[in-house]
Amino acid sequence: MPEPRLAAPAPTLAGKDAATPGIAGATPNGSGTVARLACLLVQPVLSRIVRRIAQRHTSLFARLGAHQRTDFLIDAVDMPFALHLRPDPQALIFRAVPRNAAPAAGAVIRGRFLLLLELVDSEEDGDAAFFSRDLEVSGDTEAVVRLRNALDDVEGSIAEETANMFGAPGRAVLARLRRGYATQSKGYPAR
Amino acid sequence: MSLAELICPAGTPAALRTAVDAGADAVYCGFQDATNARNFPGLNFTPDELAEAVIYAHRKGTKVLLALNTYPPAGKVDLWRQAADLGVRHGVDAFIVADMGVADYIARTHPGARLHLSVQAAASSPEAIRYYCENFGVRRVVLPRILTIPEIRQIRKEIPCEIETFIFGNHGLMVEGRCSLTNYLTGQSTNMDGVCSPASDVEYTRDADGTMSSRLAGFTIDRFGPEEMAGYPTICKGRYTAPNRPEGYYAFEEPVSLNLSRLLPDLIDAGVHAFKIEGRQRSKNYVRGVVTAFRQAVDDIRAGRAANIADLVALTEGQKQTQGAFETKKWR
Repeated sequence: MPEPRLAAPAPTLAGKDAATPGIAGATPNGSGTVARLACLLVQPVLSRIVRRIAQRHTSLFARLGAHQRTDFLIDAVDMPFALHLRPDPQALIFRAVPRNAAPAAGAVIRGRFLLLLELVDSEEDGDAAFFSRDLEVSGDTEAVVRLRNALDDVEGSIAEETANMFGAPGRAVLARLRRGYATQSKGYPAR
Repeated sequence: MSLAELICPAGTPAALRTAVDAGADAVYCGFQDATNARNFPGLNFTPDELAEAVIYAHRKGTKVLLALNTYPPAGKVDLWRQAADLGVRHGVDAFIVADMGVADYIARTHPGARLHLSVQAAASSPEAIRYYCENFGVRRVVLPRILTIPEIRQIRKEIPCEIETFIFGNHGLMVEGRCSLTNYLTGQSTNMDGVCSPASDVEYTRDADGTMSSRLAGFTIDRFGPEEMAGYPTICKGRYTAPNRPEGYYAFEEPVSLNLSRLLPDLIDAGVHAFKIEGRQRSKNYVRGVVTAFRQAVDDIRAGRAANIADLVALTEGQKQTQGAFETKKWR
């Protein structure tokens, strides 16, 4: 498989308001100056992360099938921006977007940031998070199911790989995030 | 003597390795096609992945069971036959079959292969089970989830094969292998295409007040209030109105999971040979959590200790669990 390439950002839907978080206690917004500034700051990091993950886990693209070209909006409701993912190995997109400038997404996945992070690593169960209403999905359900199954087949921890890219400070941040999640988490006990 | 084997689900190679490492005695899985009843997008194994999975599992002393538990449409049996041939070639330990034609093909073409009768065959009487044993050499039956433990004990006395029962996961009570509800709405068959409520036909929408609607093929099958736990978008677990129930109610089944952790000693005593955990569509997290908990429980029981099962309610559908018909037929 050719090396995954980053694509130019997709056009946005001007004026579209994607700021509709539904998870209790979430901090909405993510459409103002702070959001735009935050997007600019994190974008280089996101690009680096997605390139690395795509290079190391090429098999996940096969499980995505035709949904490699689906635009996913990953809406971490407690973050000042949303994430736009198009997992096309020929033209990868993973970028932070202010919610009012989010692209027309084929599928939307919404939840708290730490829950989404744990779901990526299969440290939480997506169905259980859906049953408890901590996770919301809308749009193309098949695309969401494919993405979930593709990520679930990844061996190891994407979060830890990402943290390792930034050395000891990265690992410290991840450990702190996980400690915070373990104390907030409800239901099935964290290991 | 019941060995209380733990039969665990795997929807991906990573999940299979997780189940093996968590202590599964056997793992069941399927190909990426209509030959199995979890033909979900992005799930299941390619032939190469199955070959690698068998090597991994066998190296650790774990068996691999291949689910070929759907029904071929008339005259279109090649896919099932090829899957059986591949399974034999890659060294799977048993086939889980429902269709008599598939069972007959494997019995004739691969006479050494071990056959388990899927729950999809809905064989719940000694007569039905004996038919499969006598004609196709079935060595184990997976019983439908509609029998009490005394009934299971009685069946065990009257059949020449092992019994496997579900102990955790989906609490499917329709006549399995015969349910056509999905087909009625979507045109796809649970029993022949291998998919109940195909994701491509499922849609979730959220109202401004936080109410979530789940729809299948455009039909609303449930609405969950802002604080209400949700379930799978299957027709059998939808809420419907009726002339005397205008408020809407669960007419067929409720979103609830089976959990028989407290009944394991009784099941062993009744002669159940193997315990099945449902959930090939679930994540590695589910596999790791549930398999680990039941591994510990079964080991405790085998050692004569009281089983102290971990709380698994957070992983259950609707965050509710039941012992269903295993405890009493009046469970609802």
